[in-house]
Amino acid sequence: MAQATTEKAAPQRVKRGDPGPMLRLVATRLAGAAVSLIAVMLTAFFLFRVLPGDPVRAMTQGRPVSVEQLAELRRQYGLDKPLHQQFLDYCAGLARFDLGTSYQYRLPVTELIADRLWPTLLLVGTGTLLAAALGLWLGTRAAWRRGRVTDQVTTGIALTLWSVPTFWLGLVLIVVFAGGAGGVLPQLFPTGGMSTPGVTGTAAILDTAHHLVLPVTTMVAVLYAQYLMVMRSSLLDEMGSDYLMTARAKGLRDALVLRRHAVPNALLPTVTLIFLNLGQVVAGAILVEAVFSWPGLGQLFYQGLRLPDLPLVQGMFIFFSASVILMNLLADLVYPLLDPRVRP
Amino acid sequence: MSATTPADSPRALAWRRRRQALVDVWRAYRTTPAGLVGLAGLVLFVLVALTSPLLVTADDLSVIRAPYEPYQPPAAAYPLGTDNFGRSLLDLVIWGSRISLTVGFLATLVSVALGSLVGIVAGHFRGWAGVVLMRVTDWFLVLPTLVLAVALAAVLDRSTFTIVLAIGVTAWPTTARLVRAQTLAVEARPYIERARALGGGHVHVMVRHVLPNVMPLVLAQTTLLVASAIIAESTLAFLGLGDPTTVSWGAILQDARRAGAVSSGVWWYLLPPGLAIALVAMAFTLCGRALEVVLNPRLRERR
Repeated sequence: MAQATTEKAAPQRVKRGDPGPMLRLVATRLAGAAVSLIAVMLTAFFLFRVLPGDPVRAMTQGRPVSVEQLAELRRQYGLDKPLHQQFLDYCAGLARFDLGTSYQYRLPVTELIADRLWPTLLLVGTGTLLAAALGLWLGTRAAWRRGRVTDQVTTGIALTLWSVPTFWLGLVLIVVFAGGAGGVLPQLFPTGGMSTPGVTGTAAILDTAHHLVLPVTTMVAVLYAQYLMVMRSSLLDEMGSDYLMTARAKGLRDALVLRRHAVPNALLPTVTLIFLNLGQVVAGAILVEAVFSWPGLGQLFYQGLRLPDLPLVQGMFIFFSASVILMNLLADLVYPLLDPRVRP
Repeated sequence: MSATTPADSPRALAWRRRRQALVDVWRAYRTTPAGLVGLAGLVLFVLVALTSPLLVTADDLSVIRAPYEPYQPPAAAYPLGTDNFGRSLLDLVIWGSRISLTVGFLATLVSVALGSLVGIVAGHFRGWAGVVLMRVTDWFLVLPTLVLAVALAAVLDRSTFTIVLAIGVTAWPTTARLVRAQTLAVEARPYIERARALGGGHVHVMVRHVLPNVMPLVLAQTTLLVASAIIAESTLAFLGLGDPTTVSWGAILQDARRAGAVSSGVWWYLLPPGLAIALVAMAFTLCGRALEVVLNPRLRERR
């Protein structure tokens, strides 16, 4: 992904003159991301091999396991070797995109992640789109009528929803809309999962959409507040500017001043934030997926934690962190394309 | 404290100035209604947590000798209903406030201390040391916080201390960035140059001149952090990573989910702990935002 952006970014700058600064920016960012990735790999090794003392004992805690079984597990995961040898094996594995084998599923971690990727992308994609749309729209309204009732109500609601723990909101939504609030309401939505077994064809798409409603609502409720607040404050920053006064002096109506002049400029910081958040949101889906039994990455992580299945948790830690770093890199590289002011 | 030193000594003067600044802040704070509401809520929750040993006895929390029938909707004896063992939910929520608030405060303390230290040092030493420190901070800022906290809590022993550590270690980078920016602004002022010219060393400048000027903003940031630390505690407890023997708001919610309160529609098992978390988080957020407006002149003008 990063490669594509690099190629796109460079030619545009060539047209405008010296390509040097832009190339240098891209190179710095790429190098920074590479260093971050290496640091993530080192942290993962330290976190899951060194910190627990004995990973095998941590994985089998609370279950009767014989000494022979422990030794066998240790041999299987290469934990009987000296630490530096383990580290070399670990690096060699990562270089081949091998994140190890899950203790619980007896399958390669990469395979498990690939299987669960699509549901998470569906959930996170829908949630982010809706949250961004809602946040931008409400944020614009709040800033334009700042200090009035509209502003106070929208920011108040957003802050309230932001203070609520994600998982609790999900549980309450299940009780009210899926459990029928103790028989008061009809059962409007399914309690969890992604599809009803046996449904095929077009009905299956509708069925998935039906299952998607409550998890997406939970995600949007938690996410949109941040977008709203950033949009509001960046629009407030723009509203003091002289060019808006000029636009008004030219006789433009207020609605046009807002739509054509203020909002496009105020959009930039918010769009960056949305990009920067993409990676974090994938990781944040853990709670929503755990509550709604959504068969995605988050639920896989949750199931890995319960055992704890350390190879799986370690692999997912690397995967989540790497996706955040790549998203940030993308945001860094796209931002100069959107906003001429930050071009070097 | 200053009363013991002579009134004309520089130290007494400094303290008097600080007291005066505090009074000024309180005067400005008093005019923000949202801040007062938040402060009132905060005081209420802290009082409840402090007096909880008087309100709740060990028998009220006992699973084996639970005082009431299980799964009772709210009634006079148990205003918030009972759980799957027959314990009053009001008692559980009151008792849970102890762990939730303690973890919230301690985790914030850890992260603010760490963040301030890194921020001031990175702002003061602007050479390679500062650059490296800020790279590390940015790296931590980029990592998915929840995943890192969860991973830490998963590999260490299940205890309240682990939770404090997991939240504290993951929440400091924002404070560090904020403190560094403020440090840079403070160090650009002439009186720092004067202190240096008079022979003030690095430690003297950082501790005596930069730290007092950074503290107000850190205080506002702290209040905001407590809110997210309390939510993070409940999240980790809900994921089953907390100490299984203690009662906290997140742990109550996890118990509720395990006992099937969600599918059987036992709403009174779910509502009180969640509302308590939301109310405390909101009280801290309101206080933090009000403090920010009072202490940060830029925000005060723009409001």
